[in-house]
Amino acid sequence: MKYILKYIKPHLGRMSLGLFIKFIGTITDLLLPYIMAHIIDNVVPTKDVPLIVWWGVCMVLCSVVCMAGNVIANRMASAVARDAAQALRHDLFSRIMLLSCHQVDTFTIPSLESRLTTDTYNIHNMLGRMQRLGVRAPILLIGGILITAYMEPVLTLVMVAVLPFITVVVYKISAKGIPLYAQVQASVDSMVRVVRENIQGVRVIKALSKTDYERRRYAEVNDTLVQNETKAGVTMAASNPLMTVFLNAGLTAVIFVGAFRVNAGTSEPGKIMAFISYFTLISNAMLSITRMFVMYSKSIASANRIGEILDAPVDLEQLEAIKRQGEPYLVFDRVSFSYNGTKDNVKNISFTVGEGGTLGIIGATGSGKTTLLALLLRFYDVKSGSIRIGGRDIRSMDEGELREKFGTALQNDFIYEDTVAENIRIGRDIPMEELRRAAENAQALDFIDAFDDGFDHMLTTKGTNISGGQRQRLLISRALAGKPEILLLDDASSALDYKTDANLRRALREKCTETRATILVAQRISAVMHCDRILVIDEGEIIGAGTHEQLLESCEIYREIADSQLGGVVE
Amino acid sequence: MNGKAPMGGRNAGKTPTKNQVKDQKMTGADRIRVIRRLGGYMLRYKGLILVILLFMIASNLFSLIGPLLSGYAIDAIEPGIGKVDFDSVFLYCALMLLFYIASAVLSYFNATLMIKLSQSITRTMRREVFDHLTTLPVGYFDANQTGEIISHISYDIDTVNASLSNDLLQICTSVITIVGSLAMMISISPLLLLVFCITVPMSILFTRYKAKKVQPLFRRRSAMLGTLNGYAEEMLSGQKTIKAYHKEDVIVDRFDGHNKNAVDAYYEADYQGCMIGPSVNFINNLSLSLISMFGAMLYMFGKVTLGNVSTFIQYSRKFSGPINEMANIMAELQSACAAAERVFRLLDEAPEKPDDADAEVLTDVKGGVKLDHVRFGYTEEKVIIGDLSLDVAPGKMIAIVGPTGAGKTTIINLLMRFYDPQAGTISVDGHDICHVTRDSLRAAYTMVLQDTWLFHGTIFDNIAYGKEGATEEEVIAAAKAAKIHSFIETLPDGYNTVLTDDGTGISKGQKQLLTIARAMLADASMLILDEATSNVDSRTEIRIQEAMVRLMEGRTCFVIAHRLSTIKNADQILVINGGTVTETGTHEELMQKEDGVYRRLFRAQFEA
Repeated sequence: MKYILKYIKPHLGRMSLGLFIKFIGTITDLLLPYIMAHIIDNVVPTKDVPLIVWWGVCMVLCSVVCMAGNVIANRMASAVARDAAQALRHDLFSRIMLLSCHQVDTFTIPSLESRLTTDTYNIHNMLGRMQRLGVRAPILLIGGILITAYMEPVLTLVMVAVLPFITVVVYKISAKGIPLYAQVQASVDSMVRVVRENIQGVRVIKALSKTDYERRRYAEVNDTLVQNETKAGVTMAASNPLMTVFLNAGLTAVIFVGAFRVNAGTSEPGKIMAFISYFTLISNAMLSITRMFVMYSKSIASANRIGEILDAPVDLEQLEAIKRQGEPYLVFDRVSFSYNGTKDNVKNISFTVGEGGTLGIIGATGSGKTTLLALLLRFYDVKSGSIRIGGRDIRSMDEGELREKFGTALQNDFIYEDTVAENIRIGRDIPMEELRRAAENAQALDFIDAFDDGFDHMLTTKGTNISGGQRQRLLISRALAGKPEILLLDDASSALDYKTDANLRRALREKCTETRATILVAQRISAVMHCDRILVIDEGEIIGAGTHEQLLESCEIYREIADSQLGGVVE
Repeated sequence: MNGKAPMGGRNAGKTPTKNQVKDQKMTGADRIRVIRRLGGYMLRYKGLILVILLFMIASNLFSLIGPLLSGYAIDAIEPGIGKVDFDSVFLYCALMLLFYIASAVLSYFNATLMIKLSQSITRTMRREVFDHLTTLPVGYFDANQTGEIISHISYDIDTVNASLSNDLLQICTSVITIVGSLAMMISISPLLLLVFCITVPMSILFTRYKAKKVQPLFRRRSAMLGTLNGYAEEMLSGQKTIKAYHKEDVIVDRFDGHNKNAVDAYYEADYQGCMIGPSVNFINNLSLSLISMFGAMLYMFGKVTLGNVSTFIQYSRKFSGPINEMANIMAELQSACAAAERVFRLLDEAPEKPDDADAEVLTDVKGGVKLDHVRFGYTEEKVIIGDLSLDVAPGKMIAIVGPTGAGKTTIINLLMRFYDPQAGTISVDGHDICHVTRDSLRAAYTMVLQDTWLFHGTIFDNIAYGKEGATEEEVIAAAKAAKIHSFIETLPDGYNTVLTDDGTGISKGQKQLLTIARAMLADASMLILDEATSNVDSRTEIRIQEAMVRLMEGRTCFVIAHRLSTIKNADQILVINGGTVTETGTHEELMQKEDGVYRRLFRAQFEA
């Protein structure tokens, strides 16, 4: 809850004013039955018609004040909720964007997403409603009890005696029901999963004639869901009738005891009538309080989930800057790293790239190629050893300083719903000529210019409206556009046909001379064979290093790959 | 006291996606059709509905009697000190208690029955939708987004269900309550009823006016929230890239823009919406004031008893309740109708054309495949394959080469009958595939696709999926052949490792190896490999080469591959471009052609 309080704090003044207005409005609501009792018990016996009318007008005025107060207060509450929710969501999103990759892996993206959407929505909703009901309900409850106590203490005791029963019933039922809803949510998730799998795997399922099997599988999860929903629903359904019974029993008791009181001359019939009206107010207030209780427990869960992220420690620390003189531009010095802390995913990797050099990395799936790039970009910190650029350990650099050196195109990289130009810029301030130049070198200019609206062409999420090869060329344009010091291409041209790929490599070599180091990760030998130096990685270790020719001589695995891909054409 | 937003009470906690908001407008005729069809679902449970109705009427009438009795009790008290008629008071109080308890018991049973009813309907609907999905042609899934289909089967059906169980019940209750309390009030004092000539029109006018004003605001609120969620989702998926370019702050700025729009839209809707509760309350209070005033006068002149006034006030509250709720219920019904329509639209999608009545069952397939002047396009206008003829002898390997979008995967779609050609015929062993059962045709192929598909289940189940009742030895043998066995062994749970959505610790290449293992287990006489090893690196590819060769042995194979090296051994290579075969022959033959496309493609690998 402390997170929510933190976001409410700046609005405390405004909120108190709103709550005060609400308080006034609600009090007038409470006055109405009181006036009514007064009319019947005190004014009617005087047979004074104008006085009745005056009191009537008084009631109408109270109603107006009540409405106005509540509307104004509600609107103020909405504004507070809006501002608090906006700030909370902003902080959460910024924090998420700054989480380290390791933290993102731990939280998982779907979970981060639901925290950002559903949970902040719950909080927003709760903030508004709590302010609206949170004042009104307790005032109606307490105020109602006070006024009735003033009018008729004995009858009030009778009425109040029922309330504990109601509280117990509501508490017991919610305590039983809320966990049931967690179960319902879990079964909804498994149902959705089966549907999703069936949509994505439609070809395989049809090809293997597994339709009946899948129908049975779905029927199972569907039945479980229905069972759980029914169970939760039936449990919660008991609360309303039980509450009504208790309330009405209280009402009956009031009339019953009231009869004795009137008979003894200690009360009047008009008061009993007023009691009946107060009873409705009080019982409604009780209902609201229960609803708030449920809402509160739901939003506590949300607040805690949000809090986990906001509290996540900054886990990449900055080291003291020490500059080593006279070593190559880029150095990997005995680097080891493990994702989960048990088995090393890369072991004792050392290599250097000199000023203006190109390095190719080739190796099996899961051999650790992409991990090396992730370490270089400092998505993760090395377990041992160090990575240095220009003589400085990358851990001593500010994140911005480090990453602005790079132009990166990762495997299956990210394209979002925006224009072509914006997808290349990705938020950087890059002039149009530079975009064109980058696109040209990336062999993307032809197809971009072929769009009616050129660089203003809108792309869809994940770039589904362009082909795989076009996507890759766009990503390479993005990597080239910032005139990066270091160019990282991770399997970035696998979808290009060989001819385009060759043109791209020529452009990189001849036109992008400002890059101080280029690292190409690939599965195709042809993509790396012209690099100054090629590393062959296997199971996290370097098993071969050298030029294409040297490796053909010295590294058996490299030769095998070359044979299979180049088919003995290059001897 | 009414906090429900007009966007469907039960789903208020779930945040909508873009598509749920967009088509909420329907015409009256549409609506009637949808309601009629929904009625069809209800009619299946006629008996249950009848019981529910009876219970509901009884329960509501019982609770209507309460205020009447309390009025009588007050009349019995009224004479004042020492003159209270205790016999009557006891009697009425006892009766009140009895009726209230009876009403509560009935309403509890009623609620349980109602849950049973709505759950039965939901269960049926969800099942029908899913079963229907399994009959739809592959084209439907190519053309519609997964998220959208899922939202029909979860969010939309939930909305319909919530409406069926809550709103319909509430409407029936409302009608009974309105009619009942009106009757009671008339019997007490038609004169006092005049008060409602003021307040009822006020409340109807007000709610109508508000509904008109508020609804579009709530739609906008959902739409803005949908956009915000979409943006967040998209950016989270690209978080690594954004980090790599260190542009977190720019993205946060843009997020702030969407965030502001969303909270502003929320506020605007709330600004109008939060007036409703207090205003409704005001109208109630106005009724109370007027009734107190006029009631007091009538009482003064002896026209009514005090108990009458008390009873009247209680009924007036019961009476105005449903009228005030009307606007909300209408809004919920509208969104339920729109949701139901989306569900029905899905149910109305034409299923895969059923097999011919006299369709043959393909048995003992040898694997001779013949395409005869096949023409096909996903839409009428855009032809992908113009005129394709091909004759493949059993056991041969056909490689298909060509640029992206040339129609390579389309040929596979036609072979498997995921789509039917617009002209021309395809036959297997001389049988036109349009006249054999789809199941037997598809069973004749084994398929490994570029998009690896694995489901939430153990590795064992995923491999065994291809063959009913596969033994452990068979599964392990297949995994060994696909060179994935030793990896599986390193996992803590081995073959019992459950594959989850985020694919913990399993790379794309390893996933592809699992699907290859699955294919190895399924024994069919023809094989389709569509970029089957695109995610596997060359070295692993070499390692599984032997297994792949064994898999292909004696089977008719259709192979699509980017890497030309993998298809050099094909018996026939088709180079397709622009929907037709531009070149055909073996590797050696095609390399002979001086200016051939294939030769150029092949040479390009080595250019620098």
